[in-house]
Amino acid sequence: MIRISGLSHSIAGTPILRDIDLTIPRGGITALIGPNGAGKSTLLSLIARLQKIQTGTITVGDLTIGTASDQDLARTLAVMAQSSHVQARLRLSELVSFGRYPWNRGRPGPQDHARVEQALERFGLIPLRDRFLDEISGGQRQRAFAAMAYVQDTPYLLLDEPLNNLDIAAARDLMSLVRDMADTDGRTVVIVLHDINYATAFADHLVVMKDGAIAAQGRPDQTVSEALLEQVFGTRARVEILQDRPVVLV
Amino acid sequence: MTFRTPSRIFLSGLALLMILSVLSIGIGVSDLGIWGTFSDPDARQILWEVRVPRTLAALLAGAGLAVSGQAMQILVRNRFIEPMSAGAGQSAALGVLLVTLLVPSAAIWVKMVGASLAALTGSLVLMAILRPMPPTQPLLPALVALVYGGVISAVVSFIAFQGDLAQFLGSWLTGEFSGVLRGRYELLWIAGGASVLMYLIADRLTLLSLGEDAARALGVNVGLITATAVAGLSVVTAMIVVSVGSIPFVGLVVPNLTARLTGDNLRRALPLTALCGALMVLGADILSRLIRFPYEIPVATTVAVIGAVLFLVLINRDPRSRGAAGVNPAASADRKGGSHV
Repeated sequence: MIRISGLSHSIAGTPILRDIDLTIPRGGITALIGPNGAGKSTLLSLIARLQKIQTGTITVGDLTIGTASDQDLARTLAVMAQSSHVQARLRLSELVSFGRYPWNRGRPGPQDHARVEQALERFGLIPLRDRFLDEISGGQRQRAFAAMAYVQDTPYLLLDEPLNNLDIAAARDLMSLVRDMADTDGRTVVIVLHDINYATAFADHLVVMKDGAIAAQGRPDQTVSEALLEQVFGTRARVEILQDRPVVLV
Repeated sequence: MTFRTPSRIFLSGLALLMILSVLSIGIGVSDLGIWGTFSDPDARQILWEVRVPRTLAALLAGAGLAVSGQAMQILVRNRFIEPMSAGAGQSAALGVLLVTLLVPSAAIWVKMVGASLAALTGSLVLMAILRPMPPTQPLLPALVALVYGGVISAVVSFIAFQGDLAQFLGSWLTGEFSGVLRGRYELLWIAGGASVLMYLIADRLTLLSLGEDAARALGVNVGLITATAVAGLSVVTAMIVVSVGSIPFVGLVVPNLTARLTGDNLRRALPLTALCGALMVLGADILSRLIRFPYEIPVATTVAVIGAVLFLVLINRDPRSRGAAGVNPAASADRKGGSHV
């Protein structure tokens, strides 16, 4: 369980998050949605300890962000890196094996290699294992970074807009892999998504943010409505219920 | 297996390095002869006082330059920057110059410390300047770094003119090995040691190349590793500037070459980087001695010519720099900027 209380954050005097209290349940996928600039990515990076907390507290499991050691956190919380920022020319298998770093500190043993093999297999990366990162497609890159986060073997996994620049096949593919990590391995996934339809299709729990505060949260079918879209996103779009879940007609 | 190709390259490089080392020891104005070194005390003296130190100096300087170039490229996330031309080299010169002017009788180790601290300051300021720049425009930081190095170099020249040290500076800053004797190159072993230190943190440096956030999320102490790497590359640069002068291009060309051959996993790439750097500088030094035998050309000149040609070849032979369409925009932007050359 991730508990956030009294969290406020401002950047250069501009408030980004205002006094947030939020509990993210253990297990399943929680999607953070909201308009641009609502503070979703900031909230995620504070949970991931990538920025310093200014006011408030965050606990992940029984670790408190800010006091827990880097190593303990790295074994509890994986953050999927933004692959588009990476320029390093690494082979896919090398990249994935760096996900084991928190456990082996750079000296991989047999069980690390086995774990990496299994991940390459599961993420369909075996044929690409010796390719360099700059020789594969954007979707394949994202899958490789997901595999890297997977082998980190942490109970919590954070993803910040992983579907950016992906086509529909790659996006659905990545989301089903994430779904599978939640279902099969019992990982708690927190994911920032832009497309509400992906959020309602794949998430168990939605947290809707607006102007640095929580505007709504709950099960997708009880949260997404035409009223919410108008109130939070300021846009009038029809919402239809298809196969028991809300679908936004764009 | 993927490990085959690089290790074969490494072994052939090592063999070439040995051949070049023997050549380097054999080439000089006085003809030693193989047997002479055993019987003739003069020849033996030349061997141990001049030829061996010179060869070792070229190997150490070359390896150090290449390794520190690779470390710097990771720290500033740009493949077109190397310490010698991007401020660290010029700052080291500034440090020595100031120590020479202020404390003319200072011992060599004082100059060494002065140069290292100045190189460190120069690198840190450069990193602070480059930090806010967008990674999508790889040429911008590279140009800024060149300008930055040029500005410090201008300050050095100005101070040298004022202190009537311009000639001294010119002869002393141009990298060359003709002045290397036993007792005058040993600082380079410190550069060698600092390069080994970088190898010890190779894994964490590779993680850093995935981005600071990614490294931190994996439990890397980003501040500590950055500090270690900056200190390491500053010491390497300072030691080279103090003992043999400034040698450009090695730190730029060699890491780009090894990235092409083995990729950026430094645990695997750094030994090859060090080897290729040593090869390049030693080879250039041998050429420098042969082109106008028995006179010499400064190794910095030879290296610059070889380096520039190599660099152009590397850029133009990148097959992916053509037809990079249809991949993710950030990656192709990198490619067009040539950051993978």
